[in-house]
Amino acid sequence: MYSRAYKTIVSFPPLLWVGLFLLLPYALMFAHSFWTVRDGFIAHQWNLQNYRTLLANPVYLGVFLRTMRIAASVAFFSLLLGYPLAYFLSFHSGARKELLYQLVIVPLWVSYLVRGYAWKTILGSEGVLNGFLKYLHVTTEPVSFLLYSPFAVVLVLTHIYTPFVFLPIYASLEHIPRPLVEASQDLGAGPMKTFLRVILPLSMPGLIAGATFAFVLSLGDFLAPLLVGGASGTMIANVVQSLFGAAYDWPLGAAISICILFITVGLLFATERLEKRWAAK
Amino acid sequence: MGCEMKGRAAPTRNAPLLAVYAAFVFGFIYLPIAVLTLYSFNRDGVGGFPPRHFTADWYRILLADSAIWDAVWNSLQVAAGAVALSLTLGLLAALALDRVDFPGKALFRRIVLLPLILPGIITGLSLLMFAVFAGAQLSLFTVFLGHGTALISVATTELFAGLQKMERAQEEASLDLGATPWQTFWRITLPNLRLSLIAAGLLIFTLSMDEIAVTFFLIGRDNTLPLEIWGRLRRGITPEINAISTLIFAASVVLIVIWYRIRTRDIGAQSRQLLERP
Repeated sequence: MYSRAYKTIVSFPPLLWVGLFLLLPYALMFAHSFWTVRDGFIAHQWNLQNYRTLLANPVYLGVFLRTMRIAASVAFFSLLLGYPLAYFLSFHSGARKELLYQLVIVPLWVSYLVRGYAWKTILGSEGVLNGFLKYLHVTTEPVSFLLYSPFAVVLVLTHIYTPFVFLPIYASLEHIPRPLVEASQDLGAGPMKTFLRVILPLSMPGLIAGATFAFVLSLGDFLAPLLVGGASGTMIANVVQSLFGAAYDWPLGAAISICILFITVGLLFATERLEKRWAAK
Repeated sequence: MGCEMKGRAAPTRNAPLLAVYAAFVFGFIYLPIAVLTLYSFNRDGVGGFPPRHFTADWYRILLADSAIWDAVWNSLQVAAGAVALSLTLGLLAALALDRVDFPGKALFRRIVLLPLILPGIITGLSLLMFAVFAGAQLSLFTVFLGHGTALISVATTELFAGLQKMERAQEEASLDLGATPWQTFWRITLPNLRLSLIAAGLLIFTLSMDEIAVTFFLIGRDNTLPLEIWGRLRRGITPEINAISTLIFAASVVLIVIWYRIRTRDIGAQSRQLLERP
C-alpha cells in the first residue's frame, strides 16, 4: 500500500546516516586494530601485532581477568539483591505492588555520576561511613580500604545495575501462570519445593537476561574504576582509555576494544539462545 | 472456587524474612541518594558523622557558580539537539523497519541497536576516530552528533513498538479516500504516534543530559554538566557537588515520572509494558 517514493524517503536517510555515523566509525575501530604506531603516527599497514601483544603480555591478560572477575561479582551480587526483591514484589507485595515497582525503576534512570559520587562520599577515609563507625566507637582510625579498591568498584556497579537485573526477572516472574504455583501447592509441595521446582526454572530466562546485563554492562565500564577503583581496581576499559590518551597507541587500544566488543556480542548472542531454549522447554 | 482462593492466598501470606530482605535492598538502592541529599545541607563538608550545622549555603554558592550554569546550558542544547536528531531518524528508521523490505534489514536493525548494547567507551572511541578521520574539530557539536546518533537506538525501539500497536485501518482509509501519503503521514500516522514520540523524547533527553562515557571522548573546550562535575571530582569535593547532584536527582525523578505516566497510559496494561522490557 505504500508507494515506492514513500519507501525510499523513509528508508534512505536512516540507512545513510547509520552507515556513515555508526557503521563507518565501528569499522574504523576494527581497521585500527590491525594497524600500528610508528614514530608517533598511525601506520596503515595491516598486521596482527596488536593481538599478538595482547596474548603475549601478561599485564593485559591480568587486567582482563580482573575485569571478568569484577563483572562476574557484580552479576552475582546484583542477582543476590535483585532476584529476592523481584520475587517479593511479584508474589508477596499485595496492593503496594505498583508503587514498589515504580520505586525500583526510578533509580534506573537516575544519573550514573550522581550515584557513583554518592558512594565516593560514603566510602572515603573522611567519608560518611568512617564518620559513622567512629561515632559509634567501633573504630578509632579511619578504615581506608573501603575506597579505591576492587571492592568499591563492585559495590558501586552492583548498586547501579541491581535495578537492571530486577526488571527482566520481575517480568519473567509475572509471566508465571499462578495456577501452576497453586497446583504445585495443592499437590503437597512446600513453599521451598514449589520455588525450586516451579518458580525458579520458569524464571530462568529472566535470571539469565539479568545476569547477562550486569556482566556486560560492567565489562566495559571505565568510570566507576576511575571514580572509586584506584590503582588496584583498574579495569580493561581504563587500559583502553589510557592507550587512547597519554600512552598514544590507538591501534592497541582498538584491538582491546574489538575484544570487548566480541565478548559482549558473543555473550548476548549465546544467552539469547540459552533463554530461548529454557523458554521452549 | 474456594480451593482456588485458598491456593491463591497461600503464597502471598507471611513472608516476614523476605519482606525484611526486600526492605534492605530498597535501603541499599536509596541510601546513597539520601546521604547525598542530607550532606548537601551540611556546613562541614561531604563526610563525617553526624552531619551538623544545617545550612543552605552550598545551594547559594551553586546558584552563583557560573561555570556550572554554563555547563547546564551546554547540556540543555546538546540534549535538545539530540532529541530532535534521534527522533527524526528514529521515526524514519521505525517506519522503514515496519513497512519496507530492503536488503540487509536484519543487519540494519542490529547495527542501530549497537550503541545500546556496547559499552559507551567503544561507541565513544569509534566516533572519536571518525571525527579525526573526517577532520572535525571536537566541540559541543560533535557531542551532539554523538548523542543524537547513539540514541537513534532508543528512538527506533520506542517508535517501532508504537507503530506495531497502531491500527493500520485508519491509514488505509486515508489513502483510499484520496489523501496523499504526505497528508496521511501528518494527519494520521504522526498524531497516532504522539505519545510514543513524547515518551521517547523524554527518555532520550534524560539519557543525553546524563551521558558521560561517549561524551568523554567527543568533548571539546566547553563542558556538558556531567563532565563539568566529573572534572571537579578530581580537584577535591565540597557539598556544592552534593547540591547539584541533589538537583539533578530531583529533575530526573520528575522527568521519569512523566515518562512513566505517558508510557503506562500509552500501552494501557501494566503487564503489556513489562513484556516489552528488554
